[in-house]
Amino acid sequence: MKYSYYPGCTLSTKAKALDAYARAAARVLGFELEEIEEWQCCGGVYPLGEDEIATKLSSVRALMAAGEKGQELVTLCSACHHVIKRVNDDMKHVEDIRTRANNYLQAEKPYGGETTVLHYLEVLRDRVGFDEIRKKVTNPLTGRRIGAYYGCLLLRPGKILEFDNPENPAILEDFIRALGAEPVIYPHRNECCGGYISLKEKDLSGRMCNTIMDSASGFGAEMLITACPLCLYNLNHSTTNKLPVYYFTELLAEALGVKEEVSV
Amino acid sequence: MNTPKKQVEQIREISGVDPYKCMKCGKCSASCPSYNEMDIKPHQFVSYVLREDIEALMQSRSLWKCLSCFACVERCPRDVKPGKLIDAARQMVLRQRGQEYLSPDEIPELLDPEIPQQLLVSAFRRYRR
Amino acid sequence: MQRIGVFVCHCGSNIAATVDVEKVVELVRMEPGVVHAEDYQYMCSEAGQAKIQAAIREKGLTGVVVCSCSPRMHEATFRKAADRAGLNPYMVEIANIREHCSWIHKDREEATKKALILARAAIAKVNLNAPLKPGESRVTKRALVIGGGIAGIQTALDIADAGYEVDIVEKTPSIGGRMSQLDKTFPTLDCSACILTPKMVEANAHEKIHIYTYSEVEKVSGFVGDFTVDIRKKARSVDMDKCTGCGVCQEKCPSKKTPSEFNRGLNNRSAIYTPFAQAIPNVPVIDREACIKFQTGKCGLCAKVCQAGAIDYEQKDEIITQKYGAIVVATGFDVIKLDAYDEYAYSQSKDVITSLELERIMNAAGPTKGHLERLSDGRAPKEMVFIQCVGSRCADQRGKSYCSKICCMYTAKHAMLIRDKYPDVNVTVFYIDVRTPGKNFDEFYRRAVEEYGVNYIKGQVGKVMPQPDGRLLVQGADLLDNKQILIEADMVVLAAAIEPDPSVRGIATMLTASIDTNNFLTEAHPKLRPVESPTAGVFLSGVCQGPKDIPETVAQAGAAAVKAIGLLAKDKLTTNPCTAHSDELLCNGCSTCANVCPYGAITYEDRQVNDHGIREVRRLAVVNNALCQGCGACTVACPSGAMDLQGFSNRQIIAEVDAICR
Repeated sequence: MKYSYYPGCTLSTKAKALDAYARAAARVLGFELEEIEEWQCCGGVYPLGEDEIATKLSSVRALMAAGEKGQELVTLCSACHHVIKRVNDDMKHVEDIRTRANNYLQAEKPYGGETTVLHYLEVLRDRVGFDEIRKKVTNPLTGRRIGAYYGCLLLRPGKILEFDNPENPAILEDFIRALGAEPVIYPHRNECCGGYISLKEKDLSGRMCNTIMDSASGFGAEMLITACPLCLYNLNHSTTNKLPVYYFTELLAEALGVKEEVSV
Repeated sequence: MNTPKKQVEQIREISGVDPYKCMKCGKCSASCPSYNEMDIKPHQFVSYVLREDIEALMQSRSLWKCLSCFACVERCPRDVKPGKLIDAARQMVLRQRGQEYLSPDEIPELLDPEIPQQLLVSAFRRYRR
Repeated sequence: MQRIGVFVCHCGSNIAATVDVEKVVELVRMEPGVVHAEDYQYMCSEAGQAKIQAAIREKGLTGVVVCSCSPRMHEATFRKAADRAGLNPYMVEIANIREHCSWIHKDREEATKKALILARAAIAKVNLNAPLKPGESRVTKRALVIGGGIAGIQTALDIADAGYEVDIVEKTPSIGGRMSQLDKTFPTLDCSACILTPKMVEANAHEKIHIYTYSEVEKVSGFVGDFTVDIRKKARSVDMDKCTGCGVCQEKCPSKKTPSEFNRGLNNRSAIYTPFAQAIPNVPVIDREACIKFQTGKCGLCAKVCQAGAIDYEQKDEIITQKYGAIVVATGFDVIKLDAYDEYAYSQSKDVITSLELERIMNAAGPTKGHLERLSDGRAPKEMVFIQCVGSRCADQRGKSYCSKICCMYTAKHAMLIRDKYPDVNVTVFYIDVRTPGKNFDEFYRRAVEEYGVNYIKGQVGKVMPQPDGRLLVQGADLLDNKQILIEADMVVLAAAIEPDPSVRGIATMLTASIDTNNFLTEAHPKLRPVESPTAGVFLSGVCQGPKDIPETVAQAGAAAVKAIGLLAKDKLTTNPCTAHSDELLCNGCSTCANVCPYGAITYEDRQVNDHGIREVRRLAVVNNALCQGCGACTVACPSGAMDLQGFSNRQIIAEVDAICR
């Protein structure tokens, strides 16, 4: 199976590991990630203003590029996924945005939200299947107690992201089980890490991440996994409770026995 | 200078929020992770729109404390979306006055080797025009 | 040619403020057939009716058009007035220039124009009207009550006390309904079972009442006064005549893992069970899905231990067909599912419960024998949090748009009872508004605050977070204090919204009774006919019509009974003469009409016809006038134009359309 793939800026620079492990795992699992050409930054945050168009265009271009190939568009970074998924929803449902965006882009064929956007985890769950992954695990992570950290961007608003139950998600826990490890469920797994506030107010995001870490370790987690480079950065800057934080793809590559092939 | 009525029109247009839908249940304020940092609390946002005092909202510290985590949007039983309202106020400040909460001169000092690009891009998008 | 009088009503300023009534009068005079026209302040008043009657007599009117409010309001008034003046009532037509015109328009000139057009259409119709004579139908003097909760029981008792036979059909193994699950009742705090069980016993013992439990309505046909209903009596697998209710079978039954419906799944029951101790009838049923005998063929222990020999594995469902004059719907409610409210951790913690589950926990016959304790570890709680409006008053798809009405009061009750019995337990209630309209209701709530020290916080809860030690961290907002607060609670109780019992949809379809977007049954009129369905002969009792508490339910149950009694007391009903009939020379017997008829009123007969001298036997549609409700579906469906409706003939309708388009 071949997918169009949108890595995003951070995965080409500071979060190369998130990307590299994902590609290696994809090879084992039998699907191909075809990076779309000349993709542009998604902007990091979804533009909330109803009148914003220009800031959404890079997402539309990516969506169109996948659409032209008749492929589904796979994302990996939580922020990119959030932005592109929501822009796609706008293109599908908000006539004003659709008309204006298409006018800007002057494309031969106007785009109306036809492309399916999938997060890499959704590919694992809905296309490959966790049972199939379980079969391909050569190096089960037995005995590891792992807390999934979802954050905000993959889950909310639930009606648009349609990723999982936004208040009680299960996809990462199922993923952890498929790798042979034990998921640790804790209530702060969908609480905010502070996001972009950490640029100017490290203390504030630090406090928020402390609470998340305390909650996870209180339930017995020994490590956390995330899909978001900014969450990882913020969690790593919590002060009190230093649980190690990994990208979920690193554990996937490890369980599939291809971690060593990847040089980061 | 915009009249208060014009500003109300503007904030409603940018946010797409209908403040009359709010029933003042406070679920947004109960959910907000930045609540303690805010001077105007999430459940109060709509009151400023109804009172036509957008100026006060634009002066508020809350603009820069909202994390866009969408907890208030997710849980609001009346589908009011307080997070979109405060973002619209932020947009009005950034657009109308060319004001900014983050200047490029500050950046070098804030950097560290691990900072992901995502953080810089996001902050620029939320804090500057 | 008809001699038509047109009467234009001002309706005070309701019509006259927007429609120039004098101008309408002036212009309708030019319409064909009109020999008289006048306007008046209130046509529906005695004086207004007298004007119509005077004109009928003095001008020899053969038809009347009243331009006024909706025919739903005063058509009957004006037709009766005409009848008294010697004019056939079906020669009177209403032009609705209020709801369809003055109330919805602002521009006086446009509204006047439209009023004139509506009047013109009615005049065109009256020109083609013919006098009609209503028929008669008989009334079966027996009522059916669907649902055996307090609403159904009270309605049945009131009808039976008036001397009529009543059948109650209840789908569960016992009557009693939701009220039987409650511990205490507000605002008097008397025990629910203590006031309900006498009613249950009375209904059971009443010679005019027959109770079908574990039974469901399967099919309804007929019409007001003459319904025919099929009731499916599900196989109980226990002989009701032989069983003594000793309970040994339930004790010995080895299959004990089925969640108890009565205890809201908080504990388990056996496969053979009576839902609760005071169940009526006190005869168990075998849940065949859970029964080892039915699933594997082995076991049969209950039959072995039953001294009365009442166990009957061979029993089959039975269909009972019965005729009724009136049907009362009393299908009640359930609380909503809380799947969409995971921020409250209902599915993640056993100690987050609904208020109805708390009723069972507080009840001596409940899963904890009435002892207040956490279901996770049996510990006594020290800190309890109640959350109001969970799924009520929602504009999103997660919940219901309406206020569930009973939650504020039962929460005050719970809080008070807990503080009374366990004074060391702190109780906090998060509320949006405290709504206590009702006799002694606000006083009750104030007692909770003033005498029992219940901590009421204006605000909502954002999230309930289970902690490693099993406690529940509640994050909420105190809006009056303008603070976000955290409470470490031992139990959290959710006031989940109530919704009509899901069975009501099927019942409404069978009865052709309308339901609203929330699945509540619609009243014939929200204020003036609140216990009647728009479908004649169908009445509404209890929460199936809208949220209400016990006193209101009992009052409405009585009102529904009175309406049913009013119907059953009549020997004959006047039938609507506006029924369909088929032209035998045009009908080709294609069956299209019979297929669209919702009342089963059309059948086929082979009949001799004389078609312009050709005599032959043809298959023809025949309408049963007693069953036909005059809906007109057949007239539209008929491909050859043979079907027509008296009083609303194709010609009349075309004439109306022509008059509008002129």
